[in-house]
Amino acid sequence: MKGHGRDDATPAAQAPGGPGPAVSTGPAQMDALLPVPTPLLEARHLVREYRVGGAFTRRRQVLRAVDNVSLQVFAGETLGIVGESGCGKSTLGRCLLRLDDPTGGEVLFENRDITRLGERALRPLRRRMQMVFQDSYSSLNPRRRVGDLIAEPLRVHPAPEGSSRTAAAIRARVEELAELVGLSAAALSRYPHQFSGGQRQRINIARALALSPALVVADEPVSALDVSVQAQVVNLFADLQERLGLTYVFIAHDLSVVRQIANRVAVMYLGAVVEMGDADAVLHSPAHPYSAALVSAVPEPVVGLPDRRTVLTGDVPSPVSPPSGCRFHTRCPAMRPVCRSEAPKLRPLGGEFRSVACHFPLTAA
Amino acid sequence: MSGGGDLLPAGPATGGLAASDAVARGPVAPGPWRVAGQALLRNPSAVTSMAVLLLLVLLSLLAPAYARYVAHTDPFMSDVAATVSLHGEEVPVMQPNHNRLHLGLTPIGPTWNPRADLLGADNQGRDVAARLLYGGRNSLLISFCAAILCIALAAMVGICAGFFGGVTDMLLSRLMDIMWAIPVYLFAISLSIVSVSQGLHLGPVTIRSDSLLLPIVIIALVYVPYAARPVRGRVLSLRRAEFVTAARCLGVPRRRILLRDILPNVSTTLIVLAPLVMALALLAESALSFLSIGVQAPAASWGTLIEDGTGLIYTRPAVAIAPGIAIVVTVLALNILGDGLRDALDVRETSRGRS
Repeated sequence: MKGHGRDDATPAAQAPGGPGPAVSTGPAQMDALLPVPTPLLEARHLVREYRVGGAFTRRRQVLRAVDNVSLQVFAGETLGIVGESGCGKSTLGRCLLRLDDPTGGEVLFENRDITRLGERALRPLRRRMQMVFQDSYSSLNPRRRVGDLIAEPLRVHPAPEGSSRTAAAIRARVEELAELVGLSAAALSRYPHQFSGGQRQRINIARALALSPALVVADEPVSALDVSVQAQVVNLFADLQERLGLTYVFIAHDLSVVRQIANRVAVMYLGAVVEMGDADAVLHSPAHPYSAALVSAVPEPVVGLPDRRTVLTGDVPSPVSPPSGCRFHTRCPAMRPVCRSEAPKLRPLGGEFRSVACHFPLTAA
Repeated sequence: MSGGGDLLPAGPATGGLAASDAVARGPVAPGPWRVAGQALLRNPSAVTSMAVLLLLVLLSLLAPAYARYVAHTDPFMSDVAATVSLHGEEVPVMQPNHNRLHLGLTPIGPTWNPRADLLGADNQGRDVAARLLYGGRNSLLISFCAAILCIALAAMVGICAGFFGGVTDMLLSRLMDIMWAIPVYLFAISLSIVSVSQGLHLGPVTIRSDSLLLPIVIIALVYVPYAARPVRGRVLSLRRAEFVTAARCLGVPRRRILLRDILPNVSTTLIVLAPLVMALALLAESALSFLSIGVQAPAASWGTLIEDGTGLIYTRPAVAIAPGIAIVVTVLALNILGDGLRDALDVRETSRGRS
């Protein structure tokens, strides 16, 4: 269900003003002669700090939720961002959409620096980048009807040329969106608490798609749902990507979910990206010990296979005072002395678009 | 929703899914207000307290009718020489004392006869029961209006402080803290003394010293910090709510978020606060009137009635106790109603639906 290879005819796949046609981003299809397309979304050395503590006696400490993260998302693909709870994935997602203000670094959307834009300047851009949140219930105003909630973005933004914003037009568009995500028109006059979690996520998705955005950041959209419902919603995401030519940043902590939908994957630990590359490559032959541990923890559906789980020792260090050197060295099974003193940088590994931040990356096993 | 097949791009699978979606909970969608109203009506204590309050209001409205047609008295005219007919004979309202010195007059005690001084007479021969009803009008009116005004002001202060944050929040919060640091009754007393002695002259507007507006405004003002705090807290928590973040993400302008998302959810807090503030206002008004700086003679309120009865407390306690009981009953009913409202409105909001 992954969307490889967009063709140029899909409107959202036009690389915005960048050189070269929009090509698929899998390394296997990258031709060295073609120029690199401009990413739809790019983060450069993104930093997000919080000041914590600060009681009368203790000095305020700095918590780096996002630590020098650089990544690119190309039109039409799905970038998965994985990591355990507290690794900064959600903060990163919010910074990418400017729902949160980065402390340092830059965010570029459609080749435009949006890091320091004010709310008013951002508003027209909000049509093109949207978010689906984790908690389907609290992201919907409980006192408003679902149809009203989905229509909200349509009422707030002026209509593009060729369409209108009359009540009838809005109603038609809302019904169209409801059908797109698999909701009945009768559902539109109900209140959010009358739906199940999976249905509420569909409502959220419909609302996010109302203005036909180019980019959708999904922040753990299925984590709060039953496993069976998770599969349906993930399939819906994939289906919509194919039909509408969307670009996703899919944040999750569940690798089996990411496996289904991501083209490329970035693995985060304690606020930094430790590995990034093609989803199949990273998930089948991880190069970073942390990725390897995550991958080995995914339960196998087949009974009887030997348990090859790598159990990490120790707890996740506090992000307020990350370990010296490589931030993972306190729990890494392959730790050597140099890991304690020197922090590894994200370096390309093997094929293009694959990089890992480790002194001793695992070779393909 | 049961686990179904994959959602295929077109037609039948989508239609099948839509059919199962149609079975969301409830055939019709009652709005959140209707749900809350039904919950309130299912609560027996809330219904009882509403009935009691309604009865009080009704009785107060019928005060003139009672005075004229039932008791045949004018509760505002002192008539020391009046008589009432009891069991067929005329009994003077003010009766000579039978103490050792045979000095002074004592008004008649409760006769339990609505036609003749149901609860007795006060030291000016006036029918206590009729005055109780008339007093109820002023007391209930003042406390109700003060509550409305207080809630309105607190809503403005709380919403501005909570929503705009920053310097606005700091200034308003500090102002509320300063006001709240002054004991409420002392604050009300000092304001009342000044305005009752001279009336209020604000440019073209002059408020007479015996106007009911004075206690209304003063009591409302004095309780604004009390009501603004929970409002501000609610607005702060709503600002962090994910549906507000979602609205920002959609590009909804701040004013619209305030109007369409924040306000409807703050209204429940205000509704729960209203009866509680009214109870507090009633107590404050009674205190001010008791001290003769609230409702002014010849008008009566339950507070002035208590003051009228202090001199008779050993001989005719009913004169002071009757308005006291009225106040207690009203305050109790308002508090129970407030609890009932809170339960009715909160239950709906915390229901998470199916997972």
